Amino acid sequence: MSSPGHDGDSQQDENRRKWLLSRRRLLKLMGMAGASAVAMQLGGGLIKMASGAGEDASSPKRLRRWGMIIDLRRCDGCQSQETPPKCTEACIDGHFAPEPMEWIEVYEHKLPGSGTRFLPTPCMQCQNPPCVNVCPVGATWSTPEGHVLIDQNRCIGCRMCMAACPYERRFFTWGQPSIPPEALFLDYSPEHQVPAKKGVVYKCDFCPEMARSGRLPFCAQACPQHAIYYGDLEEDLATNGEEVVQFTTFLSRNNAYRYKEDLGTNPRVYYIPGHGEVVGRTPDQAGKLPTRWKWQQTVQGATTWKRSGH
Amino acid sequence: METVRSLTPFQQRLQERSLAPLQRTSKAYLALITVLVAVIAWGAFAYFTQARDGLIVTGMRDRISWGLYVALFIFFIGASMAGTFVSAILRITQAGWRKPVTRSAEMVTVAALIVAALFITFDIGRPERIPFILLFGRWESPLVWDVYGLSTYLVGSLIYLYAALIPDLAYVRDRLNVSLSGLRRWFFAAFALGWRGTPKQHRYLNITLALMMILMVPVAVMMHTVTSWIFAMTLREPWDSPLFGIYFVGGAIFSGLGIIIILMAILRKAQGLEEFITEKHFRYLGYMMAAFAMIMLFFNANELVTHAYKLRGHISLHLEEMFAGALAPYFWTYFWGGLVLPVIIIALPATRNIPGIIAAAVLVNVGMFLERYLIVIGGMHLPLNPYEIPTYTPTWVEWSLTAAGVATFVLIIALLLKLVPSVAMWEMLEESPSEEGLSVPRVPVLAGATKEGD
Repeated sequence: MSSPGHDGDSQQDENRRKWLLSRRRLLKLMGMAGASAVAMQLGGGLIKMASGAGEDASSPKRLRRWGMIIDLRRCDGCQSQETPPKCTEACIDGHFAPEPMEWIEVYEHKLPGSGTRFLPTPCMQCQNPPCVNVCPVGATWSTPEGHVLIDQNRCIGCRMCMAACPYERRFFTWGQPSIPPEALFLDYSPEHQVPAKKGVVYKCDFCPEMARSGRLPFCAQACPQHAIYYGDLEEDLATNGEEVVQFTTFLSRNNAYRYKEDLGTNPRVYYIPGHGEVVGRTPDQAGKLPTRWKWQQTVQGATTWKRSGH
Repeated sequence: METVRSLTPFQQRLQERSLAPLQRTSKAYLALITVLVAVIAWGAFAYFTQARDGLIVTGMRDRISWGLYVALFIFFIGASMAGTFVSAILRITQAGWRKPVTRSAEMVTVAALIVAALFITFDIGRPERIPFILLFGRWESPLVWDVYGLSTYLVGSLIYLYAALIPDLAYVRDRLNVSLSGLRRWFFAAFALGWRGTPKQHRYLNITLALMMILMVPVAVMMHTVTSWIFAMTLREPWDSPLFGIYFVGGAIFSGLGIIIILMAILRKAQGLEEFITEKHFRYLGYMMAAFAMIMLFFNANELVTHAYKLRGHISLHLEEMFAGALAPYFWTYFWGGLVLPVIIIALPATRNIPGIIAAAVLVNVGMFLERYLIVIGGMHLPLNPYEIPTYTPTWVEWSLTAAGVATFVLIIALLLKLVPSVAMWEMLEESPSEEGLSVPRVPVLAGATKEGD
């Protein structure tokens, strides 16, 4: 499962090599098993692969397991800022995401009874990713560190993954996406999906390059309420840029849950329930401002489309 | 051997009628081909537009990301069931009345599979990367199962169609030798594979056909099941049903029967085969179609009642949309027009005649097309996040490619009919009223391998 266009990143290559090795080991094991045991091994192998093979690879170095916590008590959809959600806009600017893609999208969600809350939704980075399972060409895969990435040089544009994703976190370039001049000089890699191409699928990549260099993802950096924590489950630490918390303790103390947990997708994004009360928002304050694609507005003759209808 | 035999009047008429299209080309046929080619050329222009601008020219968007193309893909996969499965089932059960039907049914299978493959390529964002499926294919993906399933089914259907053609090709080679051009004479001579109608050759042919028809039944069932798994393997609620595989198999046989009836009606009129394709054939196929309409009603009841009773998740929104919302016109047309009305037409003696059964077959196929559309759009229209129900309307590009796909389907069958006899003559001759002078062994097909072996 090699992908062209991202040499020079030795760390990533090493991770991938490790992952391939562990997969090869698994296959070898399966081969050695007796004929009667093959079916069992295969089943076990499938489950292992689905639940993120390589996480327990016998590597001497500890493997990062990146995760995110979104504290809904703090998220007010940037109403206090009187701007559209800043996480979405920072993500769009940082990744040159073409309009109308919102890799992290803030939904306004009716609460049971009355009132609303805001729900920022990045890619959930499932550890049993339905999108990866259905891809016919291996253009999307789980990394050992837990990211689900897409190789747009491999993607055939069948959109099977979009049908499979229960969170609708995948986006298709229906037309020729506009590319800002500054993006033309960037090297493409599945971890850095720029410049955009026509007829393939895009999504939130969880900013693996930034995590590796010790920075928070664009969305977490931009959140004025510090509602987005990003961290490493292996080290059991997460930060929102303001404070550092113990990942698992923070989750259990605050009744964290995962979106559509009952589907068994095993996401790496956790939510702390709430409706913006920490920032003083009452649930009756509805009304999110529409997202802007600031960089795209500067590109002449940019192609855009809508999320639904035409 | 065969050339020296004298023919009864029945056989002479059969030979004359079924070989006529091979010898003469009517103006109507030429006009049909011209229209089909024009429609396909228009479709090529539409496809050029899509290839240049991307799938933005379709009505599909992120929220409803599959549309008409995928619906037509399932529809044609279903239509392909017609042929091979029906013809194999009828051969296995040794239904004598099958004989004028099987050939055209097998042609439908081949044409429908080719067109189904075409529609799935229309839907691909990067068609130039389709070879990646073979180069980097992952067996975990339902799409890969479908690619291999479709190829297996197509190759099997071609072998099955061709094997049953060999005696007829030899027949044409022997009878029409003088009136054919050099190229076609070569074609019939080469593809008849030296068939002389000896008992040994008949035995081999019967073994091949018996093997193929037994193999093709599971292959066809696999094909339709795997197609349903493209949908059933996702987490979308309306598709999340263990019934899906068997539902697709049932639907495929149902619409396939309708297509055979329509094709038979056209052939009967166009080639004057009234004597050989009779009301009996329409009635028998009509009975099968009515039975499958009731099976489909049963499947639908099973699916809808279990969903509607519990109303889990977003299902109540889905049912509202289906019964009274944006999808209601499709659903009720399918339900009353595609299922209930055909059963009534075939059940009532007054309408159980050739025009009635043809009308029922047309209704069934319109209904089944709407049902395929409902499956795709109905699976995708449920909001997965808090937002309004998304909409989808096919654009002119999608309709143009639809027309071009249907035209390709008709064109393939029309060209095949020009090339080979439209009814399996050697099988027909076996059951002809007069037995004298016929050296063709009357072999019950399944038993043929052993009975005639010694």
